[in-house]
Amino acid sequence: MAQTTHDQYPLVGPLEMEEMELYHPKTWLGKYVFCQDAKVIAIQYSITAIAIGVVALGLSVVMRLQLGFPNTFSFIDPANYLQAVTMHGMIMVIYLLTALFLGGFGNYLIPLMVGARDMVFPYVNMLSFWVYFLAVLLLVASFFVPGGATGAGWTLYPPQAVSPGTPGIDGGIMLMLLSLIVFIIGFTMGGLNYVVTILQARTRGMTLMRMPLTVWGIFMATVLALLAFPALLVSCIMMLLDRTLGTSFFMPAMISLGEQTEYVGGSPILWQHLFWFFGHPEVYIVALPAFGIVSDLLACHARKNIFGYRMMVWAILAIGGLSFIVWAHHMYVSGMNPYFGFFFATTTLIIAIPTALKVYNWVLTLWRGNIRLTVPMLFAIGFIFTFINGGLTGLFLGNVTVDVPLSDTYFVIGHFHMVMAVSPILVIFGAIYHWYPKITGRMLNDTLGKWHFWVTFLGTYAIYYPMHYIGIEGVPRRYYAYGDTEFMSATVQDVNVFITLAALVVAAGQILFFYNVIRSYFNGRDAGHNPWEATTLEWQTQHTPPRHGNFGDELPIVYRWAYDYGVPGARDDFIPQNVPPDASGLTGDPNRHPEQHA
Amino acid sequence: MTIAVVIFASLILALVGWLFAQSLHTRPWVAQGPAFDLTSPSARSRQLWRVTLMVIMAVVASVFGLFMSAYLIRMDYGDWRPLQDPALLWANTGVLVLCSVLLQLAWGAARRGQDALLKLTWLGGGAMSLVFIGGQYVVWRQLNAAGFYLDHNPASAFFFVLTGLHVLHLLGGLVAWGRTTIRMGAGGASAGVRLGIELCALYWHFLLAVWVVLFALLSTT
Repeated sequence: MAQTTHDQYPLVGPLEMEEMELYHPKTWLGKYVFCQDAKVIAIQYSITAIAIGVVALGLSVVMRLQLGFPNTFSFIDPANYLQAVTMHGMIMVIYLLTALFLGGFGNYLIPLMVGARDMVFPYVNMLSFWVYFLAVLLLVASFFVPGGATGAGWTLYPPQAVSPGTPGIDGGIMLMLLSLIVFIIGFTMGGLNYVVTILQARTRGMTLMRMPLTVWGIFMATVLALLAFPALLVSCIMMLLDRTLGTSFFMPAMISLGEQTEYVGGSPILWQHLFWFFGHPEVYIVALPAFGIVSDLLACHARKNIFGYRMMVWAILAIGGLSFIVWAHHMYVSGMNPYFGFFFATTTLIIAIPTALKVYNWVLTLWRGNIRLTVPMLFAIGFIFTFINGGLTGLFLGNVTVDVPLSDTYFVIGHFHMVMAVSPILVIFGAIYHWYPKITGRMLNDTLGKWHFWVTFLGTYAIYYPMHYIGIEGVPRRYYAYGDTEFMSATVQDVNVFITLAALVVAAGQILFFYNVIRSYFNGRDAGHNPWEATTLEWQTQHTPPRHGNFGDELPIVYRWAYDYGVPGARDDFIPQNVPPDASGLTGDPNRHPEQHA
Repeated sequence: MTIAVVIFASLILALVGWLFAQSLHTRPWVAQGPAFDLTSPSARSRQLWRVTLMVIMAVVASVFGLFMSAYLIRMDYGDWRPLQDPALLWANTGVLVLCSVLLQLAWGAARRGQDALLKLTWLGGGAMSLVFIGGQYVVWRQLNAAGFYLDHNPASAFFFVLTGLHVLHLLGGLVAWGRTTIRMGAGGASAGVRLGIELCALYWHFLLAVWVVLFALLSTT
């Protein structure tokens, strides 16, 4: 069949997109440090997020050493155990996962996937990274101030977050709050870019419903973040005022160390409402990009179109909307009116419907697919398993009567690590194995990747599965040491030793990943421009890695969705989005491409 | 949290409704050429900036909505002592309304190419904004003189934080206003300048709406 160009289509006019003026760096600093190219900013975001994430991983090792072998390590005392708990949670949720999914993958993939040359506001985008970097520096600085980092728990509940007896009530908590405020400002700059780029800078033919699900996931997550982060901003500002200027937004009138404090009766519950009004959407800020990315990984590596694309999009929108009316399920034990509990349990169960729908669609995408068990695919399938497990225990905790006895036990830790720690991390690894060839032009080592997958996947199950059991037994979370506690059976300590050993193996297993990433960068096999035979635009660039401006002289024109894999009658088993209808080699199937037979 | 939930629900419903309407009747799996795009590059640029402003306003609305929710929750506690709001706030509100009117007139003048009226209303709008900020400062001093400080009680803490935050957003708007003024001085009412005027006018209307809700809340409770 003859190759045709888009000019033969009456529907297609000459390219009328206003060419954006690209930033041209003149100095080394401008090219690699204060760079305005979204791809460089993405890598800066990713490296910073992963670096601080490694610190948080180290903190979890500290916690596990203490829990597995209490009173063995002289460098762990109750104060720095609590600091490790707090900083591990805060870093992982906000500074690693949010920053990596939105700042890292968002920056790299949005312009490439929607066919734009760059983000719409490159300068603001560059500022966004450096403000994030400043937030990370403030966070790290809090480890080194007198009194150390805050040990208030990642939820920073008042009054204990700023009351004597909690570690880090001087510089630690102040730097934490400041760092969060700075982070939110930086994120808002980035988020504005992601949303406006997706809405306004898509290339010709890239309708909303032709966007890859990765872009949909990142889009909705960014919308959630733009609206939900202000709740954290507001609460941080108010707590900072309570701490520095003596206001009483959250701090109740209370006696501390035998003395009446100057606070006049603030509401700690108010903090909980505001915090979780941010905190619950935050779960989906992390989950939605993961949902999107995993959909694309599954379709590409199963060589099959995603099952129920429109349903997948609507489910993303529904989950995003519903995520704002479930926040108080984190507060069942705060003394709320039981009718509220009933309401929030109901909304929580309702949100399971679009979520389950996505899971069914992923599984149905695999059904009779031409599955290639590549490393990204392994991670994607691992995600489905882990997410189902974590999601099911969420149904337990969403119900008030079941939640009350399980609240603040290891069951909760097991649940949320499965659903919002391990699941998104598996997707992140899958995504890195998938897009590394585009970013560097080289393949990652397959054998090392498979070892990394199995150690991580089985290892995390070894860590978090047992936690559900000790949680049901009532073992409380956040305790430095348990001593002789009557209600806990003697085997709990054995389980803790087992979990610690598993955690050490998983932590060490990550060395495989870092070794692979560094070694392959220099010695990896040449990737070619589209090693996975994927359809999306980022794999259709002239150069690999893509150069500044992404697409050479002319922006691509999009003729089809991102899921034309294994199309019956087509020449290849994939048709890229920028291939015109009659250049795809299709011979039959008039229903599928009716305009061909018109 | 009712206010916050209502604001979020409206924002999310508007977005989801719009996206749903866009996607309901499409058949994404059908391959075809893209539709002819009749919008000119300048119209696209205007649309881009308007969308940007809408996103910014949504974020600002959520910040104020959450603060107001916190205010209403905190108000129910026993130690709440309402402030006597200074009468000057009414005058300040009038000034802010005037700013909005002037900038709206400037937008109209720019569209019709009436340069003299444009300059007068545009500079007047900016100057009146500064008067509003000065007026708010006088209000704070009056409250201090009457013995109300940030840490005095929850009502005064919220008053200072909310009015301060509103002034901060106005200052942010004035930065954009200043940039547009400089460009106007350099090259007259070009398309870019007209867009700047339009965006500023819209932002000022938005801040006026925020202020009216805020003022109503502060003065009735």
